Amino acid sequence: MSLVVRLRSVVCLLGRFPALAGADLDVEPGEVVLVSGPNGAGKTTLLRLLAGLVAPYAGSAEVLGVDLLTDRRSARRHLALVGHETYCYDDLTATENVAFFARASGRAETDAAAALDRVALADAAHVVHRGLSAGQRRRLALAVALVRAPNLLLLDEPHAGLDALGRAVLADVIREAPSEGRTVVMVSHELEIARPLASREVRVEGGQVWPVTDDAPAPVIEAGS
Amino acid sequence: MTETNLWREAVLVAGKDLRIEARSRVTLGQVIPFGMIVVLLFAFALDPDRGILARVAPGLFWIAVLLALLLAVGRAFAIETHHGARDGLRIAGLDGSAIFLGKACAIAVQLLVLEVVLGIGVIVLYDVEMHGLGVILITALAATIGLAATGTLYGVLAAGLRLRETLLPLLLLPVLAPVMLGATRAFEDGLAGVPGDAWPWVGMLSVFAVLYSAIGVLAFDALWEEAT
Repeated sequence: MSLVVRLRSVVCLLGRFPALAGADLDVEPGEVVLVSGPNGAGKTTLLRLLAGLVAPYAGSAEVLGVDLLTDRRSARRHLALVGHETYCYDDLTATENVAFFARASGRAETDAAAALDRVALADAAHVVHRGLSAGQRRRLALAVALVRAPNLLLLDEPHAGLDALGRAVLADVIREAPSEGRTVVMVSHELEIARPLASREVRVEGGQVWPVTDDAPAPVIEAGS
Repeated sequence: MTETNLWREAVLVAGKDLRIEARSRVTLGQVIPFGMIVVLLFAFALDPDRGILARVAPGLFWIAVLLALLLAVGRAFAIETHHGARDGLRIAGLDGSAIFLGKACAIAVQLLVLEVVLGIGVIVLYDVEMHGLGVILITALAATIGLAATGTLYGVLAAGLRLRETLLPLLLLPVLAPVMLGATRAFEDGLAGVPGDAWPWVGMLSVFAVLYSAIGVLAFDALWEEAT
């Protein structure tokens, strides 16, 4: 089966600064990959690259079999990103936000109710985004992602701001992903929560992606090297 | 992308923008009152001679619409910056051409509502006698489509700039000079009871509207992708 993510020597620039400098990464279908690393290492840039929101400056990058250098839009149609922002509209209700993104992705508006139910937000379905708590907004962002039935789910610090209920919902979504034919790439600093959910861990440091295994921990990159 | 999908996505975006406007009431609560204040201030300034007011009413009307357009365009792109909504639209895979058409349609609907209210205001405050209603309605429609298409195109251009609030008027207003001229002249001819003289201006407005709509459909996607 072909790889969901295939990065080779990818360079990604933020201004003139190389956020990724020769990154390699392979992700198999159905994997749950945890991405760890220090602040400013390039983890969020890696997710935005995989989401097709930033273009690689050099190297080759394929997501879901699509070359990100030539056709980022095609890749985007089959993935979803839960990032630091909710990507929702303040003056629309939870249902309206989810229904809008469902229809934008070519799915039925009626899928919105099921998506909200799955993230335990059915009670707040008719509350506008600005009226939701921070934790509810995070769950709404997850519902917006799930309603699109993505093949690749990208999660950037998904545990931040979530209460016990939200974390339980998120854990269920991640655990059920492989059985739903979904691959997950998750950036997290909360390793004690994220590690049990992941099938594999990689570490971003020095602009590169390093494998993390019990017998081969990530190399420590000294500052300035 | 098929034509059916393009219009389906455009209707989706327009519906979303109009729903947000209906709920936030920015158009009703800010843009329309702003336009009315502009019309009212002109009335105060020129009140000593009501004959002048009636003669310059078409120009003052379109100046008020133009200034209100700046608010509507700014608002249309501001809602995409909160909570990273623009990235949400990009990840959803919506076609840039559809986003352009949807946003331009939503702005056009808001402008038409504004024009009805301003029109009533101008008739009452400036003591204008109505003639040539047909040509005035067609002029308003053609000019509004041109304003909305151009505003949306320059709105996304300015959206990528840090000083967008001040740069948008500088970029947009000179480009809209032909609309201002054509719509004012066509209104003057309509109100003067010689609608036949207005049709060349209506033709120019229609060409402008078609031209900028076509440029928007073709160019918006690349601009939307590059806007930061």
